Amino acid sequence: MVGILEDKDRIFTNLYGLHDWGLEGAKRRGAWNGTRLMLEQTPEWLCDQIKASGLRGRGGAGFSTGLKWTFMPKAEGARPHYLVINADESEPGTCKDREILRNDPHLLIEGAMIASYAIRAHTCYIYIRGEYVHERERLEAAIKQAYEAKLIGKGNVHGWDFDVFVTHGGGAYICGDETALMESLEGKKGQPRLKPPFPAGAGIYGCPTTINNVESISVVGTILRRGAAWFSGFGRPNNTGTKLMAISGHVNKPCVVEETMSIPLKQLLEDHCGGVRGGWGNLKAVIPGGSSVRMIPAHEAETALMDFDSLSALKSGLGTAAVIVMDQSTDIVRAIARLSYFYKHESCGQCTPCREGTGWMWRVMERMATGEADMKEIDMLLDVASQIEGHTICGLGDAAAWPIQGLFRHFRPEVEARITNYRAGRPHVQGASLQAAE
Amino acid sequence: MSVRRLAANQPESFAFSAESLKQGKAWIARFPEGRQQSAVIPMLWLVQKQEGWVSEPAIRVVAEILGMPVIRVYEVATFYTMFMLEPVGSHALVQVCGTTPCMLRGANDLKAVCQRRFGDRDHLSPDGKVTWQEVECLGACSNAPMAAINDYYYEDLTPEIFEQILDEFIAGKPRAPGSVIGRQGSAPEGGSAVLQDASLYDGTAAKALKALPNAEPKTSGVAKEAAQ
Ligand SMILES: Cc1cc2nc3c(=O)[nH]c(=O)nc-3n(C[C@H](O)[C@H](O)[C@H](O)COP(=O)(O)O)c2cc1C
Ligand code: SF4
Ligand code: FES
Repeated sequence: MVGILEDKDRIFTNLYGLHDWGLEGAKRRGAWNGTRLMLEQTPEWLCDQIKASGLRGRGGAGFSTGLKWTFMPKAEGARPHYLVINADESEPGTCKDREILRNDPHLLIEGAMIASYAIRAHTCYIYIRGEYVHERERLEAAIKQAYEAKLIGKGNVHGWDFDVFVTHGGGAYICGDETALMESLEGKKGQPRLKPPFPAGAGIYGCPTTINNVESISVVGTILRRGAAWFSGFGRPNNTGTKLMAISGHVNKPCVVEETMSIPLKQLLEDHCGGVRGGWGNLKAVIPGGSSVRMIPAHEAETALMDFDSLSALKSGLGTAAVIVMDQSTDIVRAIARLSYFYKHESCGQCTPCREGTGWMWRVMERMATGEADMKEIDMLLDVASQIEGHTICGLGDAAAWPIQGLFRHFRPEVEARITNYRAGRPHVQGASLQAAE
Repeated sequence: MSVRRLAANQPESFAFSAESLKQGKAWIARFPEGRQQSAVIPMLWLVQKQEGWVSEPAIRVVAEILGMPVIRVYEVATFYTMFMLEPVGSHALVQVCGTTPCMLRGANDLKAVCQRRFGDRDHLSPDGKVTWQEVECLGACSNAPMAAINDYYYEDLTPEIFEQILDEFIAGKPRAPGSVIGRQGSAPEGGSAVLQDASLYDGTAAKALKALPNAEPKTSGVAKEAAQ
């Protein structure tokens, strides 16, 4: 068998789109089975079950999903409640929600209904990144099917009036941040809001709002069908369940796959991705949780587990479980410099440390990549990175600092050698040729 | 941040086609009374689908329909990078993803193809048929390197195949989007070893559940009350 998770325990059984994405097919695979039973339970029971399953938000922050739901007011007052689903998926390396949206959209729609009931909302918005045109068309078609079958809508067969609407963004990574997403949904620039107030108090249109990632919501139906204990039986305590993992970069066969939490990183790469290009010995470093976490070098990747605790013990993070693999041929300084460009490009410009800092860090990183930088700029760079970290409105500032910190934590001598060589008239060849091509 | 401004040359006017307007109204209807501003991104997108880009007169029209100050629509059009603020190629808007996961698998070579064929990014090619851009992660990293051409994704590219695809667009005969090496979605190349169990697909999972694990006796669900 490859990997750890057995086929019988997979939630996303149409992950690769080999079967019917539509209502017929989804029902055959178990979606919408027992939904009525779930809605006959109390919202409190639903929150308790999801808490007991150990499900932690799949959008990157890893907050308990069941607990988040309990933050909503216990009864709907004058202001309606909303569920907002974050389908912005723009964190580099991350391409898992896309597979749900296009291949198993009914799991998402069903989950949206259950979660809405649990937080006493009658309306859900799914905010999907603008570039996912095909995925949006799919999702809209699936929602239409659900309305026509009276699974959702006013007077549906489940007895809880529920509308779900799709809306979309316009190509801004920052709109993945929950408060920026809400601004964007209200028709404004996607600039994050200060918290408090928290969304459960005042979210979209000033109303109580819960915001969750696509994957967090899509697993809810199956968890309830099979029981909290089934889900919490995978992985390690505090790190439970199954998880979509997306692998990119220097493996023989990049892919997206559902696995148990806490699967060894090495096993994930070897069993599902045909191993590192050129063999495990050719591995240089891995960014295990999407571009916003610090990288880990090969010797740490050897024993790392794909879960929150193992990766944070290595000063990295599970993030979105998007694994970016870099082999020995990688110009690792340039790889991180390109991420610095990404954060500079995507900063919303609202806070000075982030707006100015991301641009400054990128320019210095470019000179690190060629070796032109000054040796003392390394400490200056790390100092600026730590001054941005934790001093901004949203997490993008931190996210811009961490990849750089990860690079110097593990590969500082390599950058220093590059600077020394440049001064000695031996500029870094790979970096130079890459730059010439750009 | 990226600094974006409206084009120097602007058309006299803009009007929605009947079809775009119908779609725009459907977007507005998705949001609560008085919150029609929420439809601004979809409306600007409809403008772009109709004209290829977003002009200043179009911004005014959208502002009027949504009852927004023009400056607020202007802010949105310049903030979101998917909005093209000047005319784009008649045959293809090519957006090559240049972020690290794609870069690790050859995005720089794809950019070089575009540079050689069409000149500098963000401008019309000399024959007016193509505009190319480098964009940030498009969320298809397991199928890197990739490019979006006129809305849809072309994945697992090599410079050679990419160039063929571009030729097809220029000839007005684009191929279907997706993986160009025939991968099934994001399954590993050559097919996945997982999801092989036939009982996942034979309807076993659709057998009606009698009760949920850990369920309380049927009691106090709000749904039940609502249904009564
Ligand atoms: C800069 C930034 C980008 C983010 N992008 C995404 C995203 O694309 N998708 C997502 O689900 N969460 C994203 N998040 C996390 C969200 O703010 C939020 O925590 C999440 O959607 C909550 O859902 P969950 O609890 O189900 O994970 C981002 C956060 C930050 C700071
Ligand atoms: S940290 Fe950056 S992206 Fe976040 S609000 Fe501040 S300027 Fe905007
Ligand atoms: S980095 Fe290119 S699609 Fe994600």
